[in-house]
Amino acid sequence: MASCLRRYGRRLSVSICEKRELSTACEGKVIQQQQQQQQQQTAKLLNLCSAINQALHLALETDPRSYVFGEDVSFGGVFRCTTGLTERFGKNRVFNTPLCEQGIVGFGIGLAAMGNRAIAEIQFADYIYPAFDQIVNEAAKFRYRSGNQYDCGGLTIRAPYGAVGHGGHYHSQSPEAFFCHVPGIKVVIPRSPQQAKGLLLSCIRDPNPVVFFEPKWLYRLAVEEVPEHDYMLPLSEAEVIREGSDITLVGWGAQLSIMEQACTDAEKDGISCELIDLKTLIPWDKETVETSVRKTGRLLISHEAPVTGGFGAEISASIVERCFLRLEAPVARVCGLDTPFPLVFEPFYMPTKNKILDAIKSTVNY
Amino acid sequence: MAIWFTRSRTITYYLKRKMGFMGILNQDSCSNSYFESISSSSSSSSSSRIPDVKNSSISRYSSAFTFLVHRFKSTKTSGQLDQFYSSDDENSQALDFPGGKVAYISEMRFISESNDKRIPCYRLLDDNGELIEDSDIDQISKEVAVKMYSEMVTLQMMDTIFYEAQRQGRISFYVTSVGEEATNIASAAALAADDVVLPQYREPGVLLWRGFTLEEFANQCFGNKADYGKGRQMPIHYGSKKLNYFTVSSPIATQLPQAVGAAYSLKMDKKDACVVTYIGDGGTSEGDFHAALNFAAVMEAPVIFICRNNGWAISTHITEQFRSDGIAVKGQAYGIQSIRVDGNDALAVYRTIRAAREIAISEQRPILVEALTYRVGHHSTSDDSTKYRPADEIEYWKMARNPVNRFRKWVERNGWWSEKEESELRSSIRKQLLQAIQVAEKTEKPALGNLFSDVYDLPPSNLREQEKQLRETINRHPQDYPSDVPM
Ligand SMILES: Cc1ncc(C[n+]2csc(CCOP(=O)(O)OP(=O)(O)O)c2C)c(N)n1
Ligand SMILES: [Mg+2]
Repeated sequence: MASCLRRYGRRLSVSICEKRELSTACEGKVIQQQQQQQQQQTAKLLNLCSAINQALHLALETDPRSYVFGEDVSFGGVFRCTTGLTERFGKNRVFNTPLCEQGIVGFGIGLAAMGNRAIAEIQFADYIYPAFDQIVNEAAKFRYRSGNQYDCGGLTIRAPYGAVGHGGHYHSQSPEAFFCHVPGIKVVIPRSPQQAKGLLLSCIRDPNPVVFFEPKWLYRLAVEEVPEHDYMLPLSEAEVIREGSDITLVGWGAQLSIMEQACTDAEKDGISCELIDLKTLIPWDKETVETSVRKTGRLLISHEAPVTGGFGAEISASIVERCFLRLEAPVARVCGLDTPFPLVFEPFYMPTKNKILDAIKSTVNY
Repeated sequence: MAIWFTRSRTITYYLKRKMGFMGILNQDSCSNSYFESISSSSSSSSSSRIPDVKNSSISRYSSAFTFLVHRFKSTKTSGQLDQFYSSDDENSQALDFPGGKVAYISEMRFISESNDKRIPCYRLLDDNGELIEDSDIDQISKEVAVKMYSEMVTLQMMDTIFYEAQRQGRISFYVTSVGEEATNIASAAALAADDVVLPQYREPGVLLWRGFTLEEFANQCFGNKADYGKGRQMPIHYGSKKLNYFTVSSPIATQLPQAVGAAYSLKMDKKDACVVTYIGDGGTSEGDFHAALNFAAVMEAPVIFICRNNGWAISTHITEQFRSDGIAVKGQAYGIQSIRVDGNDALAVYRTIRAAREIAISEQRPILVEALTYRVGHHSTSDDSTKYRPADEIEYWKMARNPVNRFRKWVERNGWWSEKEESELRSSIRKQLLQAIQVAEKTEKPALGNLFSDVYDLPPSNLREQEKQLRETINRHPQDYPSDVPM
C-alpha cells in the first residue's frame, strides 16, 4: 500500500506540473480564433472528468439530435463523467443500455446512420472488444461500402483507457493500436482537461466515426483552466507542446505528463527536448512530427500499450521512411512490456520517467 | 368446425390475458413487492420498488401457484405456452418442417411477449425458515446442513473483514457476496467435486465450499507470492485448478461459451460430471450468454447455467436490462429446460441444483437456473449504491429476506444448531480471518520473474530481452520500484 501511495503521489505531482506547463502550451488556433470572437471570456479550473462532462452538456445542448448512452451512464457513470445529463436532457436522450458492448456500438451506428449524433460510452476500454466487429467491420466501412450513400459519422465512442495504479489486466489497457489499423475510423486521445473538452466536441461533430480514449488516471488528477464556452480543437493536428533542438518525443494522453517530466530532467543535463502531443492517432499528423525530426535528427516514442505492434511502430516506420538520412540515431521506443497488464508488477511494466530519460540520453549520445 | 374451434380458443386467450392483467392489478393494489412491481409497472420510480415487508410476494406466489409448484416437483418441464399453441393432432393442415409438424391456422396471431402469470419461484423454506407444508423433500443430512450454514456464516464474515481491509487501504479492491450467500453455498453443496466450475466473480462461496482456505483467499487479495495467480490480477480473481474452479476473469459473460466447451469435453470423455457456470442478471445481456445457451442446446452439453438475478448490474436495474420475465423464460427459446428458484432459500437452491445436475448428466443436456436474490452490498468497493437505489430496498433484503438467518432458523428448529455453537463458530472464524490477513499482508510479493513467465509456455526472445533490460533499469533506478517485490 505504501508503494501504491507513493506511485499515486508521483502522479499527483505530475498533474500539478502538468497544470502549470501544458495549459499554457495548448492554445490551439481554433481556441485563439474563438477567443477573439467571443467578447467576454471565462475559464474555470476543471478536472478532466468535469471537462468531459461540460463537452457532453454542450453537445446535447447544441444539437437536439444528439444522444448519450452506455452502461450506467444515467446515474452519472462509474467515473461520474455523465453526471447531471439525464436530469437535464431527459431519459430519452441520456440513458442506460443493457450490458452489451456490441449492442451499444451497433445501436450507435444505426442511430448515427439516421442522421443523429450518437455518443456511446464503453465503461472501460478493456471491455471494448465485444464491440470490435461493430467498430471494425461496420462503423469503419459504412461509408465506403455504400458508395457514400450511408455513413455513421455521427458516432463517437468514448472509453476510459490506461493505467490507474491498481487496475490489473482488465482495468488498465491501452487498446488504441488495434483501432489504428482500421481505415475509416478516427482515434483521438486527449492529454488534459482543456484538450479533452475541445477534442471531444470536435469528435462528436466530426462527420466520421471516432473512438475517443480518455486517460482515466487523469480524470481527477489533471486540473487546468478550461474555457467555459463551446470550442473545438482540430483533429489530425499534432501540437508541439515543448520546443527543443536535440531530440523529438512523441506521445499522447496520460503518457505526455511522464514524458514532460523526462524532458525537464533531461534539460538539467543540457539536453533540449521537443515534445509533441499527437492527439489524433489516425489519421495522424506526420508533417508536424517530420518537421520536428528534421530539426532534431532524433526520435523517441512512448506509450503505455505493449511495444510490439503498438502505434509507436507505425510512427517509427513512417519517420524512418521520410527522414532516413537526417536521423542520427535509431528511433527509440519506451513503451509497455509485451505482457498482459499486470497488477503487482505495474510499476515495472510502465514506461516510467527514468526509462524515458535513459533512452533520451542514449539516443542523444548514440 | 375446426375454424370455430380455433376462434373460440383465441377469444378465450384474449379474455385470459385481460383478466390476467386485471388480476395482477388487483394483487398490486393490496401490496407491492420488489419483483411484482417490476413486472406490472413501467415507471421505474424507485419508490415503487420499495418492498412491503409484511406482504412478501413469495408467500403469495406459493399459494397462487401451488399447482405449478407441484408440477415443478417432477423433473418434467412446465410448458408455459402450451395453452396457446395448437395441439390438435387431427389438424391435417400442417406443415412438415424440420423439428416436427407445424400446424396451420388461418387467423393471424402474434405470440404474446409475456405469459399471463410470471414464472413461479420454487422454494421450500418460508421467510421464517419454516418448511413449506407438504413439500416432500428428501431429508438433507445434518452434516451437510450444518456445513452449509457454517460456510454461509464464514462467507459473510470473510466479506465483512476483507471489505474492511480494503477500506483501510490494505487491499486495493473487494467485492462482497452479501445477500447471495445461499445461492453461493447451496449450489456448491449440491455439486460433486468433479464438477467443473466457471464462475463470474460473485461466487467465492463455491470455492469456500470446496475447501479453498481463508489463507488462500487472503493471499489472492494481497497478491503475494502464495497467490496462485502470482499477483497478476486484481483482488477477488480467484482460481484453483485443484478445486476445479476456473480463474475469474473480469470481462462479463466470457466464461459461458467456454463452459459449454468444457462440458462437451466431459461428454466426450463420458465423465460422471457436469460443468456449472455462473452469470449475473446483467451478464445475460452480453452476446456470449446467448451464444452459450444456443451452443449448449445444440451440442447437448451437460452444463448448468446458474443466473444470480440480484436485481442490479452496478446501477442498472433489471427493468433496464431486459423486458422478459427474468432469465428462466429465455431457456425455452433456446430449447433448454429452465427453472426459477428462490436464491435466498438455501434448501430450495440445494434441491434445484441437485436435480439439475442429475438431468444434465443423465440426459446429457443443459439446464438454466434463475436464482432470484439481491445484491445487498455495493457493487464493489469502487461503488456507492445509495446513489441509485433506495436504502429501504437494501434494508428489506438485508433483514426480512436474509438468506443466512432464514437457513439458520431451519437448522436450529431441527435441533442441529444452538446459540453456543454459533458464537464458537463466529469467534473461531474471526480469529482465522484476522490471522490469514495478517500473514498474507506480511508475505512478500511474487518475484519479478513472474512478470514475464506464463505469457506463453516459455518466454520468447522479446520477453527475455525485455526482462534483461528491465533488470538493468532497476539497477540504475532502484528508487523507482517497490521494495517488497523480490528481484
Ligand atoms: C464486458 C464487460 N463490460 C462491462 C464490464 C463492467 N462491469 C463489471 S461488473 C458489471 C455489472 C455486472 O452485473 P451482473 O452481471 O448483474 O452481476 P452482479 O455484479 O450483479 O453480480 C459491469 C457492467 C465488464 N466487467 N465486462
Ligand atoms: Mg446483478
